[in-house]
Amino acid sequence: MKLTSVATEDALVRLGRHLRRGEVSEDLRRLYLEGGRGGDSFYRDRWSHDKVVRSTHGVNCTGSCSWKVYVKDGIITWETQQTDYPSVGPDSPEYEPRGCPRGAAFSWYTYSPTRVRYPYVRGVLLDAYRAARRQGHDPVEAWAELTADPETAAAYKRARGKGGLVRATWEEAAEIVAAAHVHTISRYGPDRIAGFSPIPAMSMVSHGVGARFVQMLGGTMLSFYDWYADLPVASPQVFGDQTDVPESADWWNAAYLIMWGSNIPVTRTPDAHFMTEARYRGQKVVAVSPDYADNTKFADEWLAPHPGTDGALALAMGHVILREYLVEQRTPRFEQYLKQYSDSPFLVRLEPAPTGAPGAYVPGKFLTAADLSDDVLPGTSAEANPHFKPVLLDSRGRPVVPNGTLGHRYGETDEGRWNLDLGDVDPALSTADLPGAGTALVALPRFDVVPGVSTSSTNGDSSTSGDPHTGGKGVVVRGVPTRRIGGHLVTTVFDLMLAQYGVSRPGLPGVWPQGYDDPAPGTPAWQEEITGVPAAAAARIGREFAQNAVDSDGRSMIIMGAGTNHWFHSDTIYRAFLALTTMTGCQGVNGGGWAHYVGQEKCRPVTGWAQYAGGLDWVRPPRQMIGTAFWYLATDQWRYDGLPADTLASPLAPGAFAGRTTADTLVESAQRGWMPSYPTFDRNPLDLADEARTAGKKPAEHVVDELKAGRLRFAVEDPDDPANFPRVLTVWRANILGSSGKGNEYFLKHLLGTDSAVSAQESTPDRRPRSMTWREDAPRGKLDLLVTMDFRMTSTTLFSDVVLPAATWYEKHDLSSTDMHPFVHAFNPAIDPPWQTRTDFAAFHAIARKISAMAVDHLGVRHDVVASPLAHDTPDEMAVPHGTLADSGVPFRERHLVPGINMPKLAEVERDYPAFAARMAALGPLTDGVGMVTKGVMFSPDAEVRRLGEVNGLVPDGPAAGRPRLDRDTQVCEAILALSGTTNGRLAVQGFEHLERRTGRPLADLARGEAGKRITFADVQARPTPVITSPEWSGSEHGGRRYSAFVVNVERLKPWHTLTGRQHFYLDHDWLVELGEQLPVYRPPLDLHLLFPDSPALSGSRQPVVEPVESPEAEVVVRYLTPHSKWSIHSEYQDNLFMLSLSRGGPNIWMSPADAARIGVVDNEWVEAVNRNGVVVARAVVSHRMPEGTVYMHHATDRTVDVPIAEASGLRGGIHNSLTRILLKPSHLAGGYAQLSYAFNYLGPTGNQRDEVTVVRRRSQEVRYS
Amino acid sequence: MKVMAQMSMVMNLDKCIGCHTCSVTCKQAWTNRSGTEYVWFNNVETRPGLGYPRTYQDQGRWQGGWVRTKRGKLKPRAGGRLKKLATIFANPKMPSIQDYYEPWTYDYDMLLSSPQGAHTPVARPKSLLTGKDMNIEWSANWDDDLAGSTATMQDDPVLKHMSEHVAEELEQTFMFYLPRICEHCLNPSCVASCPSGAMYKRAEDGIVLVDQEACRGWRMCVTGCPYKKVYFNHKTGKAEKCTLCYPRIEVGLPTVCSETCVGRLRYLGLVLYDADRVTEAAAVEDEHDLLAAQRAVFLDPDDPEVVAAARREGIPEDWIEAAQASPIWKLINDYEVALPLHPEYRTLPMVWYIPPLSPVVDVVASSGNDGEDPRTLFAAISQLRIPLEYLAGLFTAGDTRPVERVLRRLAAMRSYMRDVNLGNTPDEEAAGAVGMTGQEVQEMYRLLAIAKYQDRYVIPTAHAEQARDLEEIACSLDYEGGPGMGGAGPLGESSGPPVPVAVENFHALSSRQTADSPNGPSTPGRVNLLNWDGNGRPAGLFPPSDRKNAP
Repeated sequence: MKLTSVATEDALVRLGRHLRRGEVSEDLRRLYLEGGRGGDSFYRDRWSHDKVVRSTHGVNCTGSCSWKVYVKDGIITWETQQTDYPSVGPDSPEYEPRGCPRGAAFSWYTYSPTRVRYPYVRGVLLDAYRAARRQGHDPVEAWAELTADPETAAAYKRARGKGGLVRATWEEAAEIVAAAHVHTISRYGPDRIAGFSPIPAMSMVSHGVGARFVQMLGGTMLSFYDWYADLPVASPQVFGDQTDVPESADWWNAAYLIMWGSNIPVTRTPDAHFMTEARYRGQKVVAVSPDYADNTKFADEWLAPHPGTDGALALAMGHVILREYLVEQRTPRFEQYLKQYSDSPFLVRLEPAPTGAPGAYVPGKFLTAADLSDDVLPGTSAEANPHFKPVLLDSRGRPVVPNGTLGHRYGETDEGRWNLDLGDVDPALSTADLPGAGTALVALPRFDVVPGVSTSSTNGDSSTSGDPHTGGKGVVVRGVPTRRIGGHLVTTVFDLMLAQYGVSRPGLPGVWPQGYDDPAPGTPAWQEEITGVPAAAAARIGREFAQNAVDSDGRSMIIMGAGTNHWFHSDTIYRAFLALTTMTGCQGVNGGGWAHYVGQEKCRPVTGWAQYAGGLDWVRPPRQMIGTAFWYLATDQWRYDGLPADTLASPLAPGAFAGRTTADTLVESAQRGWMPSYPTFDRNPLDLADEARTAGKKPAEHVVDELKAGRLRFAVEDPDDPANFPRVLTVWRANILGSSGKGNEYFLKHLLGTDSAVSAQESTPDRRPRSMTWREDAPRGKLDLLVTMDFRMTSTTLFSDVVLPAATWYEKHDLSSTDMHPFVHAFNPAIDPPWQTRTDFAAFHAIARKISAMAVDHLGVRHDVVASPLAHDTPDEMAVPHGTLADSGVPFRERHLVPGINMPKLAEVERDYPAFAARMAALGPLTDGVGMVTKGVMFSPDAEVRRLGEVNGLVPDGPAAGRPRLDRDTQVCEAILALSGTTNGRLAVQGFEHLERRTGRPLADLARGEAGKRITFADVQARPTPVITSPEWSGSEHGGRRYSAFVVNVERLKPWHTLTGRQHFYLDHDWLVELGEQLPVYRPPLDLHLLFPDSPALSGSRQPVVEPVESPEAEVVVRYLTPHSKWSIHSEYQDNLFMLSLSRGGPNIWMSPADAARIGVVDNEWVEAVNRNGVVVARAVVSHRMPEGTVYMHHATDRTVDVPIAEASGLRGGIHNSLTRILLKPSHLAGGYAQLSYAFNYLGPTGNQRDEVTVVRRRSQEVRYS
Repeated sequence: MKVMAQMSMVMNLDKCIGCHTCSVTCKQAWTNRSGTEYVWFNNVETRPGLGYPRTYQDQGRWQGGWVRTKRGKLKPRAGGRLKKLATIFANPKMPSIQDYYEPWTYDYDMLLSSPQGAHTPVARPKSLLTGKDMNIEWSANWDDDLAGSTATMQDDPVLKHMSEHVAEELEQTFMFYLPRICEHCLNPSCVASCPSGAMYKRAEDGIVLVDQEACRGWRMCVTGCPYKKVYFNHKTGKAEKCTLCYPRIEVGLPTVCSETCVGRLRYLGLVLYDADRVTEAAAVEDEHDLLAAQRAVFLDPDDPEVVAAARREGIPEDWIEAAQASPIWKLINDYEVALPLHPEYRTLPMVWYIPPLSPVVDVVASSGNDGEDPRTLFAAISQLRIPLEYLAGLFTAGDTRPVERVLRRLAAMRSYMRDVNLGNTPDEEAAGAVGMTGQEVQEMYRLLAIAKYQDRYVIPTAHAEQARDLEEIACSLDYEGGPGMGGAGPLGESSGPPVPVAVENFHALSSRQTADSPNGPSTPGRVNLLNWDGNGRPAGLFPPSDRKNAP
């Protein structure tokens, strides 16, 4: 720049100085202006708004964030987070702000073009319905007419998912829905009606009103936690609890944190800061993830095991901890903890090994008081429930039944003894701790060997040649110290654990690892072969975890999630994790223990919600079904499965699964009443009640007689009989067809009867379930009516027959809570529901009124025989002593059938259908008349019901006259809050007093300080409100402390809800024995090619790729994982323009550079992933953060946005679940026994999907959309 | 000494989870309207990566910021005002829309309105610029989480400047996030670039703004800003940029991006500085000295001389107190853990960053260090995955020493606080080794870890009673076309003084509302909220109820 030109410029600026009020700096480089308040009024004006409303998002992330919704000129403009959470305390970060980019983008939906503004009905169906109506039929007759005509029915079912939705009035749409319900109840039975809506905590009233609608009709509510595979089955197995975890602020208290398969910046966005901040407090953080996940950034160390092998890593860490902290030395804290809070000291009977291991024993059943005589165990013959009182040895070798076992939980004689107070009993952890111990060889199964080669030997480990990831069977033989008690050869659970983990002690027989570098099962070197994690790293992290627990009094924590919980064998993976937190004494400690975050929720006011949602105030019991089994049967995935159950069995199994498929185990579980089964029988349960009356029998007696005579069968035995089809399904707050539906294409084919991309073959005759009827022609279009309520278009609405326009979360009143924080807070309408949208509350009540009107002529008052399973937290869980099936293998009809013992309980209930709508809108008499029970704790809310009558008003007349009104959503909010201990101090104290009588331990002081506190809806509208410590949960908020699970168990000696009353390492149910899963064990991902020949084979070792492949036929077979996305919450938000603009604008498959090169794909090119279950079309995202051999398609990638036609099927490319299929694991179906007893969302087969593999290929880059 | 106050921000990248909540709340509040579809006042980039717009850090290409002449003076890299005047009608050196990304939407309504057909309906992408079908090939955040790293990563300008090679291998992977807003620089090259005088730095708090009325749309500011944080609204033809949410700041509220940051990593507060020393600091010869030079411009708010000088300049008492309580001052000058972004651009940026720690590099492939010694629970800085050189390329013009020093302080804090956490006697040597006392470590810990709302954001309210004097009330007649008309400026009509609120508002807003986007959703008459500016009820937001079609 020339001097002159500089001078010219400066002159210009100087001129400006005279023209403007601002001040130019001396060097003329900067222009300062005072104020600026005038010149940029545009932004000031834009920021202005008329009001700010508190609401939240009813989305299935369990974030429960409170938001400010801005309204200007009657229009919702945007949202920002609330920051007014009550303080966590002076020395901790706060909860403010809570929210994530998904939530911040929500208001986009309000006026977006994907908003459903009016009711819609499938055109083909609507035409048929109107035609039938024009012929003079009333609505119910019209529905019967059109569904009975095969051509008409097939026509509208074939049309599903292909456009052609037409607008209808609310009046007409509700009439069709009501008519379908009435006809189905009358013709097929109320249990042919189903409802699906997950996660009550995310909007309790919206969930509750529909669940109440379905269940008061006698319909079936489907579970979701197990179906989503988010239920960690290990939790009921180990803790006897569905899931109870610390709030996120408790991560702050951890001094060592392992994030294991849980990518919390993405999946726990509002909470992740507690982890990042705790690092500054000296917390060490370890990330375990196969890819460089977002959370890895924060870790001190990253362990990258091969997908699905995490169990082996955990076992090796346990090996190190057991050796260094419990064998080489007995760390006092760990030893004392294991003695008091785990089943470690309890005795297990050793039984001769059945086959393959001569001279060895296998671990059998817990030794109980019933196994011993008075001379061995004084007074045992006088014990109540002796089969459920396991025995341990005290430090002098005497057998003792300690307090707190399942046997102490029920019955008058043991009142006050259900506690963990050991008194002066010092349990012997190992039989070797006592003089005179013998030894025995135990045979233990292993599953990490080459499949198809069943190896065993008595003198050493079986060989481990080949790829150790694939899951064959073998046996290891190791020794345990033993004693003989009352003629039984026994050892302790602790001794068995050491054998299982390969931790040797001097003087024991068997073959043991020679050190950490000996690749024998259990060691760090062994896991390195399986996981790829360096042995030294595994050993060191395990050691650090334990040492930290010593140094910090148990503040070592594992955050675990979907990455490790969605596998077929995740129960074994999680048991290996939980063993780490239990053996180091971290469970029940603030800052320690497990922290499971996937799909977990905490409907904190659970008792009130359960009363309302279940309709328990009017009719008990409700019908609640295990979702996975329901879909498995309804979508006919069972016809393609045929998975031989004995392929999963232990090589040491007694043989209960021989010759049977996993579907057969489902049938047996249903017949035994272990798991619920709806539709239950192949007959209308209303007709069964009538028949019993005609025959002059009690309904249960009639049912048993009919079953024994072979005239009545369980519907599960013949799911393709039209009498057993589910007929009507209502979905709200959910997107089953675009998100959670494992085996999506089978849904389309069989449940809906429309086009699908299934290419799998049905099972050949040798693989068909022997206890089920095989019909040659598989049904198509089982479902007569699919109704969805939503505010946006999803796969589910696209395929629905009736789409009802729902209010959004900014347009209604509701309640929200979560286990991530300890508050309850409110939804409030920022605007009223626009266009013709309605709240779920208004919609269900509108349909209910129509049903009741139609019911006068078509249904009347009927009686219903309800079959229900043997329930957890009730004496039902003592139905099967030792979990032993004396009649295993005996055909069902030949068993001595006793409802509630070896078959479901049977109850008769009245269904007053004309009164249905009026009752739905009022609180019924059973709540105060009979009381409420949560997890075995009784509540008597008489004062609360009186108060609700005053607050809500009483129904003046009609079928619900004199009862408190529930005809407005805000009234329901008040009822839920009033009827729960967490939100009503009087009930919390009452429940604790009930527990005090049972346990003989002081507990009520945890809530007494807040006995007078009543949290009302107005309170939670004003600000997030902390809950009260209540026996509904296992932790304590007492004195402002952070919630951590099982604190009450540890500090107050309240037993866990298990057989021993302690945390279980050992499970002795027959089916667990059959699977070889008595102890934590490594089970690799399923080898699907071995199990299903039509599934592609993963290549074992991989050749490095030198040149990218150009061949158009090039394919690569990869493991197909579906982790949660950064840009959506399940399928919600993945269609949101903000999220799409911040990502890649459509469906993606992430893959490694090497795999991409194998098929000649570069970043952002279109690929197809194809397997026997279907096809997806997506663009490749090629990144070096991905491991070779594995691809990711993010969970709940729906087909609504930028999905072209697939080359493989000629159909619209599918959703992420188009490549998956349901696989049942029998251990999830075991029931009737202690903690392995059913409760809703507590136990059931998981809809796991992580074991799947797929072919990926580059497709034509010329995509077409129609 | 001329004391001025600057509202500034520090972002602790070590806490950033890359969630983009800041981006979304900012966009929802400010730029979800026609003309700014592609504009993200706040964006978050994955590093290594190309950033937004692509390769904006490559000043050889984009010509942003200042350069130091041989004579030791500063000039805009793209040329001085005269050059700009000479080329004012030519295409300025600035990123094209494709370098940001071509904004799009989808024909969502097809999901509802598709007639019965052979296939499941789908929403296809449509360009928001042309309204036509489009193939999505870039977005606001295309390389998020190393997406497409094989195709793009090596073009990262920071990586290109490194001597060390960073391989695209799983075992070597590292990444972190860089949220960015306008830097509200002390020496803003955008302001210097504006031929219309429409860009200015507010005297009382240093916020850099575009006067929407004065802006003539020359776009020289887009070129001049090396951070590419001035955007061109293609509908109004004006430049727009991050305003540091001044309508909120003035009333004591944090910016939207700060308050909604769930990583809790943003800090807002005042820094007092000596305006007389800005030029000198920006012009130091060695780029490695820029950090120290800029720090030296800042004035100790507790120094009585500074306080006295501030009072003389008319800085209100409560602002002086706020400067004394400022977390920014503490993080930059007391604890010295915050660093400026690209000081070599010589703009003296006022959004500073605490660089991130990262996992050790060798565990995935080998055994890692020896865990027997509890002192090695946290790894040495040299073992971390993120190359120091990369961080230095961002924050210290390539000098790794200051970055290492910050990371060592963070590591020392973790070690020291672990002892406190476990109830042990904390190791004063650990603090001393990084030049701090245990007390200082604990105070820094409280600010970084506990980070209460009132400690993160120390924002004095504006003294509107004074500012109003200077604006409309005093000079309300003195605007173009007004009775007190000062005449057109030298650069054409209305390059003169700003126009009062009432007039500007009416025309600008009504035109924004009435002009429908040519590229809205496919159904005529429907408005996509992304394109709505939050004012009034534009036609098409609520489609007219069509009674004829209703059944």
